[in-house]
Amino acid sequence: MDAEAAKYIGAGLACLGMLGAAIGVGNIFGSFLEGAMRNPSAAQGQFGNLIFGFAVTEALGIFSLLIAILLLFVV
Amino acid sequence: MASDPMHQFHIAPMIPMELAGYDVSFTNASLFLVLGAALPAAFMLASSAKAALVPGRMQTLGETAYGFVYSMLYSSAGSDGVKKFFPLVLSLFLFIFTVNMVGLFAYNFTPTSQIIVTAMMALLVFFTVIIVGFAKNGIGFLKLFVPSGIPWPLYIIVTPIEIISFFSRPLSHAVRLWANILAGHILVKVFAGFVPMMAETGTVGAIGAILPFVMTVALYALETLVAFLQAYVFTMLTCIYLNDALHAADH
Repeated sequence: MDAEAAKYIGAGLACLGMLGAAIGVGNIFGSFLEGAMRNPSAAQGQFGNLIFGFAVTEALGIFSLLIAILLLFVV
Repeated sequence: MASDPMHQFHIAPMIPMELAGYDVSFTNASLFLVLGAALPAAFMLASSAKAALVPGRMQTLGETAYGFVYSMLYSSAGSDGVKKFFPLVLSLFLFIFTVNMVGLFAYNFTPTSQIIVTAMMALLVFFTVIIVGFAKNGIGFLKLFVPSGIPWPLYIIVTPIEIISFFSRPLSHAVRLWANILAGHILVKVFAGFVPMMAETGTVGAIGAILPFVMTVALYALETLVAFLQAYVFTMLTCIYLNDALHAADH
């Protein structure tokens, strides 16, 4: 296979990693809303934890996007 | 080429300088780093210059920024954390926030899209944690790696995991901010590039070009959120790591 072609296929495959991050981030906000609807008065206090969980999860998706970008523009 | 999405990260010297064989030119990156330090400092000085009991508009903004970071640090590191680290944490937050926001404007450079900038900030936090941790807790700082309240055979697994996670902290801390900003800026640029690309193809393409244009505006709004969010997240993780340094012995 041509190296150039393999590069683009690799970049596409790397983006699949974002699937997991998508599920994770959806899970976090879904669970937060579920909990917040049950006890709205406690929701404000958990905003920090929400953003923290979001950031940690989203970082993993960003890492796979990073690999794709590195393959496309740097390698 | 203007439509190259990587062009915005190009570092160009503005005032060429050389020191002992090293290139120490004042570049566009230096300019925006200086702006990132000068703008918040000027803002904080201006907002507190005419401090009154009933705050004006400027003072309210300054106090909000101050109180926001204060409560973030207080809730994770407690009152001794605030006493020790508040200047560091406030500077980090205001610097990252300003640099991200200024970088969003067209033709501006974003220093946080360079890994060296975020890596230096992450290493600063990492070594602060190690030095303060050992200075304050002595050898008790190593309790961070042996959490209490688990059956002893588990230590064989837990301790290596804790050590690995401790040393991968600066990596994820730096890469999170860098990659978020980098990916966001490339994304906006790529979608913006679709607009002229479609418009050149004819009348149908020109009407269709509205779609990527709307998408660019939406992504731009998202990037504004990300610029704030990543500054917040970086500061918040700093607070959590600093809390480990201060209260390692209570683990």
